[in-house]
Amino acid sequence: MKKKLVLIGNGMAGVSCIEQLLKLAPNRYDITVFGKEPHPNYNRILLSSVLAGDADMKDIVINDWSWYEENHITLHTGQTVTKIDTKRKLVTSDGGITAPYDELIIATGSLPFMLPLPGADKEGVIAFRDIKDCETMMEAAKQYKKAIVIGGGLLGLEAARGLLNLHMEVTVVHINEYLMNLQLDRTASLLLQQELERQGMKFLLKKNSETILGKKRVTGLRFSDGSEEKADLIVMAVGIRPNVALAKSCGIEINRGIVVNDFLETNVPNVYAVGECVEHRGIAYGLVAPLYEQGAVLAKRLAGVETAGYQGTVVSTKLKVSGVNVFSAGEYKDEPGTRTVRVQDDFEGVYKKAVIRDGKVIGAVLFGDTSDSSRLFAMIRSGEDVSGKEKTVLLGEGGAKPKSGADLVAAMSDDEIVCGCNGVSKGAIVKAIQEKGCSSVNDIKACTKASGSCGGCKPLVADVLTYVLGADGVKTVKEGICGCTTLGRDEVVEAIRSMRLTTSKEVMNVLEWSNPEGCSKCRPALNYYLGMVWPEEHEDERESRFVNERNHANIQKDGTYSVVPRMYGGVTTPKDLKKIAEIAEKYEVPLVKVTGGQRIDLLGVKKEDLPAMWADLDMPSGYAYGKALRTVKTCVGSTFCRFGTQDSIGMGITLEKKFERLNTPAKVKMAVSGCPRNCAEATIKDFGVVAIDGGWELHVGGNGGTKLRGSDLLCKVKTEDEVVEWAGAYLQYYRETGKYNERTSEWLERVGLDTIKAALERKEDREALVERIDKTLSLTKDPWKEIIEQQEQRKTFVPMDEQPAESILK
Amino acid sequence: MKRVHIGNISEIAEKRSRVVRLGALEIAVFKLTGGALKAIENRCPHKAGKLSEGIVCDHHVFCPLHDWKIDLNDGLVQAPDEGCVTSFQVEVDEQSGEMYLHIPEESILAS
Ligand code: SRM
Ligand SMILES: Cc1cc2nc3c(=O)[nH]c(=O)nc-3n(C[C@H](O)[C@H](O)[C@H](O)COP(=O)(O)OP(=O)(O)OC[C@H]3O[C@@H](n4cnc5c(N)ncnc54)[C@H](O)[C@@H]3O)c2cc1C
Ligand code: SF4
Ligand code: FES
Repeated sequence: MKKKLVLIGNGMAGVSCIEQLLKLAPNRYDITVFGKEPHPNYNRILLSSVLAGDADMKDIVINDWSWYEENHITLHTGQTVTKIDTKRKLVTSDGGITAPYDELIIATGSLPFMLPLPGADKEGVIAFRDIKDCETMMEAAKQYKKAIVIGGGLLGLEAARGLLNLHMEVTVVHINEYLMNLQLDRTASLLLQQELERQGMKFLLKKNSETILGKKRVTGLRFSDGSEEKADLIVMAVGIRPNVALAKSCGIEINRGIVVNDFLETNVPNVYAVGECVEHRGIAYGLVAPLYEQGAVLAKRLAGVETAGYQGTVVSTKLKVSGVNVFSAGEYKDEPGTRTVRVQDDFEGVYKKAVIRDGKVIGAVLFGDTSDSSRLFAMIRSGEDVSGKEKTVLLGEGGAKPKSGADLVAAMSDDEIVCGCNGVSKGAIVKAIQEKGCSSVNDIKACTKASGSCGGCKPLVADVLTYVLGADGVKTVKEGICGCTTLGRDEVVEAIRSMRLTTSKEVMNVLEWSNPEGCSKCRPALNYYLGMVWPEEHEDERESRFVNERNHANIQKDGTYSVVPRMYGGVTTPKDLKKIAEIAEKYEVPLVKVTGGQRIDLLGVKKEDLPAMWADLDMPSGYAYGKALRTVKTCVGSTFCRFGTQDSIGMGITLEKKFERLNTPAKVKMAVSGCPRNCAEATIKDFGVVAIDGGWELHVGGNGGTKLRGSDLLCKVKTEDEVVEWAGAYLQYYRETGKYNERTSEWLERVGLDTIKAALERKEDREALVERIDKTLSLTKDPWKEIIEQQEQRKTFVPMDEQPAESILK
Repeated sequence: MKRVHIGNISEIAEKRSRVVRLGALEIAVFKLTGGALKAIENRCPHKAGKLSEGIVCDHHVFCPLHDWKIDLNDGLVQAPDEGCVTSFQVEVDEQSGEMYLHIPEESILAS
C-alpha cells in the first residue's frame, strides 16, 4: 500500500513541492490536493501581467488539469479544508469531502490584509491576490473611471500600472513619504515616483485612510486630515498575513505564521507546512524563490532523500512594471557601521547603490539600469570579501563605461543565479544551450524553467544566449550535428565518404566525438548517413534506431504500439478489410482508426503481440513510424471522376510500390491528384503530382504539418515514366544532401529551389541519381516479414523473463 | 532481498535491453558495450516511458518518449531534468552466463 499524502492549498509553493517529490519518488505516495480556488495551479505572480494585458489567464496556468491526471493526483478544487483531525489523521472540507493522510502538507498561502476601515465591506473594495480579484478589476474598468490603490509597495504599484493599462485614472495612496519604502532608499524611491508620474499615475503620500465613502458601492475615500478623494474602485494592497486559521484551530503552533523547523515540520507529527503561511527562524516570506527552496527541502524529506534542511533565503525583488527597472536586495538602508558605493547619473536616469559592511556587500538598490543585479545578488549571497576593491562592486573592473549584456554575462561566474524564482544558474543555462541545443529563450524555459515564473530575468537569459551563441543571430552560428561534435552535417558526410568510414563507432572515434557512444541525436543520424553513402557495406545499426524504427511500429504514450499496414494509394478490397477487422478482434485492438493518410491504424497493441499480428495480417508495413516514405494519397481521378484528366490512383500506387521502404532524412509524403482541383492535397506534400490535360505537374517541398508550406512547382512532364524518373532523382538528391531530420520543406528553403532544379535538369544527372536510388531500393526488405522470420529478432518482442510475485517470494 | 534467476547474458544484444517482469515490477536489463549489465525499473520518472526502448550510449539511456537522459549506474536523471529511477543489482555467472537480479521483496509486491 502506498502512503497517503494530502496537500491543503493548491498554490505555488505546495504544488511545486509535489512536482519535486514526483521527480524524486514518483510512486511513493497516493496524493490528494485540496484547493479553495476553482482553478488548477497557476502562476500568481503573473496576475500583474494579466492585469496589465501582457498575458492571458490561460497563459499563467502552471499545471493544467491533465497534469494532475497524468500523475494520478486526486484534486478537489473549490473545496476549502475546514478541519484537520490530527489524532485520526483526517482532513475534511466545507463540501464534506474527507481524506485520510499519513503525511499532511499545509500550504494555505497568505491572506491579503484588509484595512479595517468603516465602509471596507462596500461593493468595489477589493484586494489583489487571485484570479477572481483580477477579473473584478477588469470588469470594473469597463464601467468605471476612477480607481484608488491603497499601498505604494510592489503589489500596489503593479496593480496601479495594470489599472492604468485598463484606461482607468489611478491614484496611489501611501502611508509613508516614500514609495516601496520597504525595498528602496529615498533617492531610488523619488526616481521611481517621477517615472510613474510620467506614466500617468497620481500619488497621495503620507496619507492615512480613515473612511470609505459611498452607499452600496464605494464613491470615495476620506483621510485622517479631512481631505477626500473620489473613487469607484478601491484596491487594498497594504500587505499580507500568513493564512493560519486552519492550522491554529487544530493545535498547531503558530506565531506570525505556522512555526516550522529546518525540515518544514510543525510541532505535530506528520504535519508539514510550506509557503507564505510558514514562519521559519522568525521569518515569513512573501516571494516565491524562498518558497520553492522550502518546497524542494520538504520534497526531499518526504522522498527519504538526504537534505541539509532549509537555511533561510536572502531575497531580492524586481518591480514588474514595464519601462521601469528597479531592483533591491538584502539590507539596502544606510545604517551605522555600513558604507556605501553609489552611482547616480541624472542624464541616463540611473541610480545604483551597494551597501557594504565589514568588507562584504550586504544589500543593493538599482534603478534605471538593473543589469548588475544578478552579479550583486550573487555577492550578497556568497558574502565574498570585497575589501580594497569596493569601487569595482558597482563600476566593474573597467570603470564606468557601458557594457553589453553579453559582456556582463561573460563576467558572471557559472554558479551565479540568473533566474531567482527557480534557482537556475548561468552554468545551467549555458549547458542547456550547448548540450540540449536550446537556441531561444523559450527553449531555455522549457529545458531549465529559467524565466518561467515572474519572467523578470528574460533579458538576462537572452544575454546568456548571445554570449554563448554569438551576437549575430542565435541560429546562424555554426552548430555541430549534436552536442557531441562541432562538425556539421556536410563535414561528417564528407569524412564518411573520403575516409571510407562504415560504422558509427568509426565515425565517432575518427572525428573525436566528445561522448564515446554519442547521444540520441547523432546516433540515428550517423546510421542514416552511413546507410545513404554505403548502401551495401553499411550494416544497419538497430541499436542506433529510434524505438519506432527498431520495432517497426509507433510507440504510444502508454508503451503500446500502433500497426498501420500498407494500403497502396488508399485503395483497399473487401477481403483486406475483413482480414483487418478479424485481426483487430482477435487481438482486442482498443482503437481502429482511419488515418489522415488514407489507411487504417490499429492502435494500442501490446509489443509482444506485434509479430504475431503482422504474420496474421500478411500485409507489408505501412512505415507510419519511419523516416521513410509514408503514404501516397490519391484522389479518384479519371477512373471515376467527371473532372479527372489522368489515372491518379494508378500513378499513386506505382509511386508507392516503387519507393516504399526507402530510408530518407525525414519522413516523405506524396500525393497524386487527378486534376488541378487537387482533392489529394498534393501541393502540401514533399512530392506532389497534379494531373493536367496531357501531362503532370510535379510539386516539391510542401508540408502540411507544424509549419505549413505550399509546394513549389518543379516542372511539368508528359508521361508516367517521366514522373517516376523525376521523383526518383529528386528523392535521391534529397537523400544525399538533406540533413537528418530535415523535411524537404526545410531542405528546399535551405538549399534553394534553383539549386535543386539545376541538379535535376540534365537527363544524365537524373539517370545517375535514379541508378543510385535503385541500388538502395533493391536492398530493402519488408521489416515485418523479416522480424517474423528471424527468431533472434522476434524473441526481443517478448519479455526475457516473467514470474508472478508468489513464486519469487515463496 | 531476493536473488532471482532471469535468463542468460546471451539473450541480450550489446547496447540493447530486455524486459523482465517480476510480480508487479517491470525491470529493464541493459547490456552495455563490453558486456556490463545494468538493471533499472522500466519506467521513466517523467511520464512513465519504457526505458527499455531507449537508445543506449555508454552507460546512459535516452528515454524514447521525451529524451530524458538517465545514468544506468545509479538511475539518476541527468540535468537539466531531475529525478531518479530505481536501480537494481545484476549478478552474472562468469562461466555459464546466467544472470540473477537482486531485488527487495517489497518492490515485487508493491504496485
Ligand atoms: C496516425 C496519424 C493521425 C491520424 O490518425 O490520422 C498520425 C499520427 C502521428 N503523427 Fe502525423 N499522423 C498522421 C498524418 C499526418 C499528416 C497528414 C498526412 O500525412 O497527410 C500530417 C501533415 C502533413 C505533413 O507531414 O506534411 C502529419 C504531421 C505530423 C508531424 C509534423 C511534421 C512536420 O514536418 O511538421 C509530426 C511530428 C514529427 O514528425 O516530428 C507527426 C507525428 C505523428 C506521430 C508519429 C507522433 C509520434 O511521433 O509519436 C503520431 C503517431 C500517433 C500514434 O500514437 O500512433 N505528424 N501527420 C496519421 C498517419 C497517416 C498515415 O497513414 O501514415
Ligand atoms: C499580484 C501578485 C504579484 C506577485 N508578484 C511576485 C513577484 O514578482 N515575485 C515573487 O517572488 N512573488 C510575487 N508574488 C507573491 C507570490 O505569488 C507568492 O509568494 C506565492 O504565490 C505564495 O505561494 P503559496 O503557495 O504559499 O500561496 P498561494 O499561491 O496563495 O497558494 C495558497 C492556496 O491555498 C488555498 N487555500 C488557502 N486555504 C485553504 C484551505 N483551507 N483549503 C484549501 N485551499 C486553501 C488558497 O486559495 C491558495 O490558492 C506576487 C503575488 C501577487 C498576488
Ligand atoms: S496531431 Fe498527430 S502528433 Fe498530434 S496528437 Fe494528433 S496524432 Fe499525435
Ligand atoms: S517519459 Fe521519459 S522522457 Fe518523458
